[in-house]
Amino acid sequence: MSTGLKPKHQRLVLISIALVALIGASLLAAYALSNQADYFYVPADIAVNPPEAGQAIRLGGMVEVGSITTAQDGITTSFIVQDGVARVPVQFAGILPDLFVEGSGVVADGRMDAGGTFVADNLLAKHDENYMPRELAGMETAEMREAMEASLE
Amino acid sequence: MIAEIGLVALWLAAALAALQFIGALAGVRNGEADLAALVRPAASLQAALCGIAFVALLWVFAITDLSVKLVASNSHSLKPMIFKLSGAWGNHEGSMLLWITVMAVAGGAIALLERRLPEKTMLATLGSQAFVGLGFYAFLLLSSNPFERLAETPVEGNGLNPLLQDVGLAFHPPTLYIGYVGLSVAFSFAVGALLTRQVTPEFAKVMRPWVLGSWIFLTIGITAGSYWAYYELGWGGWWFWDPVENASLMPWLAATALLHSASVLAARDALRTWTIMLGVIAFSMSMLGTFLVRSGILTSVHAFAVDPERGSFILGLLVLYIGGALAVFALRAGTVSEGKRFALLSREGALVVNNIALSAILGIVLLGTLYPLLTEAFDVRVSVGPPYFNPVGAIFFLPMLLVLIVGPLLRWRSDKAARIKLPVLIALAAGLAVLVLAALLSEITILPLLGLALSIAVGIASFMPLRGRSLRRLPLAVWGMVFAHLGVAVALFGMSADSAFQQERLVAIAIGDVTQVGPWQARLNSVTPVAGPNWTAMQANLTVQHGETGERAANPQSRSFWSPATETSEVALITRWNGQLYVAVGNQAADGRWQLRLWWKPFVTWIWYGGLIIAFGGTLALIGRLTTDLRRRAAVRKGAERRVDAAELQA
Repeated sequence: MSTGLKPKHQRLVLISIALVALIGASLLAAYALSNQADYFYVPADIAVNPPEAGQAIRLGGMVEVGSITTAQDGITTSFIVQDGVARVPVQFAGILPDLFVEGSGVVADGRMDAGGTFVADNLLAKHDENYMPRELAGMETAEMREAMEASLE
Repeated sequence: MIAEIGLVALWLAAALAALQFIGALAGVRNGEADLAALVRPAASLQAALCGIAFVALLWVFAITDLSVKLVASNSHSLKPMIFKLSGAWGNHEGSMLLWITVMAVAGGAIALLERRLPEKTMLATLGSQAFVGLGFYAFLLLSSNPFERLAETPVEGNGLNPLLQDVGLAFHPPTLYIGYVGLSVAFSFAVGALLTRQVTPEFAKVMRPWVLGSWIFLTIGITAGSYWAYYELGWGGWWFWDPVENASLMPWLAATALLHSASVLAARDALRTWTIMLGVIAFSMSMLGTFLVRSGILTSVHAFAVDPERGSFILGLLVLYIGGALAVFALRAGTVSEGKRFALLSREGALVVNNIALSAILGIVLLGTLYPLLTEAFDVRVSVGPPYFNPVGAIFFLPMLLVLIVGPLLRWRSDKAARIKLPVLIALAAGLAVLVLAALLSEITILPLLGLALSIAVGIASFMPLRGRSLRRLPLAVWGMVFAHLGVAVALFGMSADSAFQQERLVAIAIGDVTQVGPWQARLNSVTPVAGPNWTAMQANLTVQHGETGERAANPQSRSFWSPATETSEVALITRWNGQLYVAVGNQAADGRWQLRLWWKPFVTWIWYGGLIIAFGGTLALIGRLTTDLRRRAAVRKGAERRVDAAELQA
């Protein structure tokens, strides 16, 4: 791209460079997305087709009533997330989010460990009546509650 | 009554927008058309009417007029006044009214003040502005009327989401909106220039202050939003790659690229088509951001109402405007002749690299943000976070910073490497020294390491354009560039230092116990209940000490609001020049101990200082551009007077 080029040619060169860079970026993005996106699981999915241990995923479901326990260190919380079909034990070290309560919905970021426990890095719970994690929007139906209640009895 | 005045003003403004559009259409076809003379007055009057509508909305919120549905569902008579007012735009309808008001005021301003471009181009620009405005008026009036009355007045309002009851946040949406909507002016100028075949340096000069202004507001808005997420969410992070954050970052990236390409067009008459393209993309990103945030298709505290009808309405507008603009672009781009040539090693060459890198990052962020929506169509639910955005973005961001070291030193058109060798080598040597030292002395991962080294190199290089120049005579725009680039270095330094060296401590301790994090010691003295105007809280009273320095108090709270019933975490931030101690209090364990989460975050504050320095640089450049324009106007006026005098003398 020297000044010896005609304007038309310089424009062509510029367009080609831009195209190559943008297509390169898109391919890179597509490749990275297929590897780095965290898949969303409900306990039923994990029961059928468990993700590899250590693979970052999101887990969503209901906090089972009576399942929350706190470890000796005062900061590690264990509870069970279930969706009426299957149950997954979850461990979380940290300050529980506001309005994290039993029988309510939760979405957890983290990974499964080798022993089948989900180790959460972060928990998202409902903030108020009008806001809840989107993945849970379809879950708190009457049907779901009935299924859950049935599973708890 | 006040609400009805607002509604009438809004309808009238919409009618004027229609008139403005029709007049512009007639004027562009036939410059002599009578209707064309109405376009500028229509735009100015429309701005005034929107102003009245917005003030009316503020008024009904200020007096908590509960017969207005919007007030009843979003406000509460016991709220502090500042949050009553900010409640006016802290909801879907009010925020759309704010959007249209800002847009109308911007349109009115160009109608009133801008006379540099050919009148036909101005008509096309104002017509495009009215056309975009009409869509949003329709949206507001047909599906989100902010002034709707209730049949029965409730006794009390619902309140405002407590997460949004924060002074910083009160001004966050207006700031971002001014940025978003200011880009609509750039968009309209681009469409106007394209339609009337006036893609000239003059067009770039007229458009540039608007891009600069929007970009300053976006910079401040993003910086403030990041700080808000940092202290309000209580998670210790300052950027989560949340779709809503990305929605504000994408227009910023496009505006940054547009700013730089408009400089090339204004100074050198090159990159014509590309600048038009970026003008279209920048506003498209603003609208896409609004769509993502307002349609409720995302998980976010920003998603006010999950209403599919509104989502599809904005989606329709998005398709219409972006599709229309791209169609015009495709039809007309071929008629824009090539700009001036330049060598690879020149200011233009460096700015082309800047533009390509920014566009690539924009594409990466866009794909990452939309990917979960795409996969959802196939019933696969995913989320995309830092493991994707950080490394993939860095592949383009870090090389761009290398070019940032060189670019400002280069001359326009063509330059010789030998001329700039010394300053570039100094900056690179400093960066390399930091790289080696940090790699040897600490356990640091690759991205923060490169970020740290490049921040030093860019920081030093940002001052190099001042070398050998008279500081007093240097144009403000150059100072602006120096500060903006310095701000990038400062922010990057903060990000890298915090990512590399932050320390975290999560404990449950009893009253009187002491814990440590990094160089800090913290003692929990007591936990007491406190009350605010519409909340109560448990407050942890800690004494913290950095090394051997004096003791300071830290009082994080866990707040409970009662309308609507919600809990939030108020963290305590202890600031030093070289970082912040971040303390959050959690729940009480069964045995009486309290959960505490402490972070020592070295240089974290530099991230936001950097953002402010960038905005300050932009402001300097804007003032520089505007004063130059005022001076030119004064000179033109004097010249005209002189010509009149001369004519009179001759007669």
